[in-house]
Amino acid sequence: MIRTLPRSTPISRLLLAVTIPLALALLLPTVYLALRAAQVPSGDALSYLTRAGTLRVIGRSLLLVGAVSLSAAAIGIPAAWLTVRTDLRARRLWTVVLTVPLVIPSYVFALALVGALGQRGFVQGWLAPLGVERLPSIYGFWGAWLAITLLSYPYVFLSVRAGLKGLDPALEEASRTLGRSGWETFRRITLRQLMPSITAGVLLVALYTLSDFGAVAIMQYNVFTRAIYLRLSLDLGLAALLSIVLVALSVGILVLAHITEPRGSHYTQRSARVPRRVTLGRWQGAAQAFLALIALGALIAPLGVLSYWLVNGLQHGETVNSVLAPLQRSIRAAALAALAAGALALPFVILQVRYPSRLSHALAQGAYLGYALPGVVVGLAFVFLGAKALGALNQTFGLSDYRSLGLLVFAYVVRFLPQAIGPARAGLLQVNPHLEESALTLGRSRPRVFLSVTLPLMRPGVIAGVALMFLTAMKELPITLLLAPTGYTTLATQIWSASSEAFYARAAAPALVLVLISALSLVYILDSDD
Amino acid sequence: MVRVRHTIASLLLVIALASIVIPIPPSNNGEHLLDAAEAQGTSLTVYSGRSENLVGPIIEQFEKDTGIEIEVRYGDTTSLALALVEEGRNTPADVFFSQDAGALGLLTNADLLTPLPAYILDSVEPRFRDPNGTWVGITGRARVVAYNTDALSEEDLPETLFGFTDPAWRGRIGFVPTNASFLAHLTAIRVVEGDDAAREFVEGLIANQALEYERNPAAVAGVAAGEVDAALVNHYYLFRLLAENPDAPVANYYFPGDDIGNLINVAGVGILSASDAKPLAQQFIAYLLSRTAQQYFAEETFEYPLLIGFPADPRLKPLDEIETPEINLSDLDDLQGTLDLLDSLLTQ
Repeated sequence: MIRTLPRSTPISRLLLAVTIPLALALLLPTVYLALRAAQVPSGDALSYLTRAGTLRVIGRSLLLVGAVSLSAAAIGIPAAWLTVRTDLRARRLWTVVLTVPLVIPSYVFALALVGALGQRGFVQGWLAPLGVERLPSIYGFWGAWLAITLLSYPYVFLSVRAGLKGLDPALEEASRTLGRSGWETFRRITLRQLMPSITAGVLLVALYTLSDFGAVAIMQYNVFTRAIYLRLSLDLGLAALLSIVLVALSVGILVLAHITEPRGSHYTQRSARVPRRVTLGRWQGAAQAFLALIALGALIAPLGVLSYWLVNGLQHGETVNSVLAPLQRSIRAAALAALAAGALALPFVILQVRYPSRLSHALAQGAYLGYALPGVVVGLAFVFLGAKALGALNQTFGLSDYRSLGLLVFAYVVRFLPQAIGPARAGLLQVNPHLEESALTLGRSRPRVFLSVTLPLMRPGVIAGVALMFLTAMKELPITLLLAPTGYTTLATQIWSASSEAFYARAAAPALVLVLISALSLVYILDSDD
Repeated sequence: MVRVRHTIASLLLVIALASIVIPIPPSNNGEHLLDAAEAQGTSLTVYSGRSENLVGPIIEQFEKDTGIEIEVRYGDTTSLALALVEEGRNTPADVFFSQDAGALGLLTNADLLTPLPAYILDSVEPRFRDPNGTWVGITGRARVVAYNTDALSEEDLPETLFGFTDPAWRGRIGFVPTNASFLAHLTAIRVVEGDDAAREFVEGLIANQALEYERNPAAVAGVAAGEVDAALVNHYYLFRLLAENPDAPVANYYFPGDDIGNLINVAGVGILSASDAKPLAQQFIAYLLSRTAQQYFAEETFEYPLLIGFPADPRLKPLDEIETPEINLSDLDDLQGTLDLLDSLLTQ
């Protein structure tokens, strides 16, 4: 029997007092959209939603989400298994290399992919001697699918890696002793135990695919985010209506993920024993080739194209603007948002895990609602609210603009908080409550137990969440364009402004710096025992 | 390994904290100046859909010449137009500098722009401004056909844009289907010639296996390299190419008469009704149409200066010799039909 409200203690009341207003703030963009959509006469709304063009957009979005989820799992799961459970050579290097694509902004990635695989891209240039005059068009489904798969599979990779490490090898050993084959054991024991990690990773991939704008815009694939963006300039009400449908889709995905997640306790944190690594033997070469192929598409190709643009542009006398101040602005906004998100994620997670109830669950899940919204919609919601607030404050304080670093950071938090909640929750789920109870019976107060027992144990999860939040905020573009204070140029806006004018070297320099700095933050995400 | 990780982790933490704590030096104009200017009511806020690389220098010059401080917010034209719609009366913006006429049309239809004074309007031909005077063009971008002069001479090119749907052009033509300028052009075709004509045009290009380029410069470079004989682009990409490669065998072709192929879209400006600094805003727009600024734009972008009588780059076909199709550029805000059309044709 699941409680509707969490059991009432001073702590749970405090947690509710913090999380309820926060959850309401997170819902602001969705509420704004609902208000906008409500302005559309219901007859118009219905005929717009059911017309062929809209249905095509819905169909395409579902197709893309399904295809990317499958392919990201097909890459992420074996890659995780190879790096955790086998005697793969250069495991550490592969782990880092396979994670780095996470930090590349999708618009940069897609541009570079077109540079490489376009009808007249680099690859065509290499194939020209073989008589290949043009490659098939990369635009449309295939380009979008390829770009988003290569950008988002690290979510599955990281999640499954963590899951594999938490597995107790005793179960697998028991299965083998009982006479099951290695493959059957993998399928029936390992894979089944891994389901929560796979689900969590694929969930992030699915939501990322729904909300991505950069890649689908460049690849010209008309899914929700692009349709909404194009609609915005024509009819805000209908764009809002589309956004609400998008939110409904992401709720559907969340519910699906919730249903498939097995019930029961999770705190079988890794056993003291390390499982025996599978010997790859003659498969070693094939495994290396598989990972190399992924690295080639996901990392080497985009970085190669960027480097080429930089060198080529410099040779043609393009001057590159200084990236130092934009770098500092990017880091400042992203770091503030990441720290805030790390702190704000805690009450949601503790309430959900330690005081389970329908309300606790709804509050944590509510944070995911806005996650699938395109950034430009979240940005416009804050433009609207900011301008309304400014109208009221203007007389009192003589303010001339509502934009500020604070508003920007707040918008980042609203947009990306789930990225901090997910890993923190996984971290807390692995902390055995008996440890806390022992400390309590030994006379420690609740707050001290939290600080001295719980927090240190869940720390890796919290830190990973903060780092993930940081690197996502570093590359965020549409919200930054709309809400950053005037003159607050960041790396992302610098890349955007240069690439929109086809100054590729000017775009490549900040892009490479962005990837480098964000890649450093991966040390917080990857486990230290590799 | 562990030590390396710890070093990186601490390094990043230090960088992050330093970025938060250490003040960022102001970019070009000191904020204190801006504050002082705001207090005296001599400051202006501009939302610019045109890039900082292009507009920044001319704005600095204006500030220097007049002592008026300008705060510029750069962004993409559509998002800024939307932000203006959302901000409504509370907008901090005084002036909107748009990359294309469509976004200005959007604001005009939302009743957010205030009419400009006659002395500004009269310095630009009527075909390059709103009929009700809510916005005015600053520079013009002509749609042209860039063609390879080794492969073709002017006589080989069709007399109308629709001529490129002739099977004779199979495999010889390039275009940039997703570029905003092409979309605006297609919208113009819809407005002037009707939806069916626009559909047949795109279908004809596709049937002719027109090569899709992702960017205009790539399309012009493709013409130079002989990948295609001709490409539908804006006029100024040719001159960017010639600056790099003066011997490139490429020239621009304009259609005879007022063919729809001769559309000239504009980058233009309007003043927000909500502005409390309208006289300053007018002064700024007048400056953008001054000889100094027009000269700057012409040299920097090879776009057509729209100040009446001001000469364009001598290599360009003069503006008064180009007959443009009969169209109200504000109508280019009707993008939806265009997108629906492309949507059904390109992403099947």
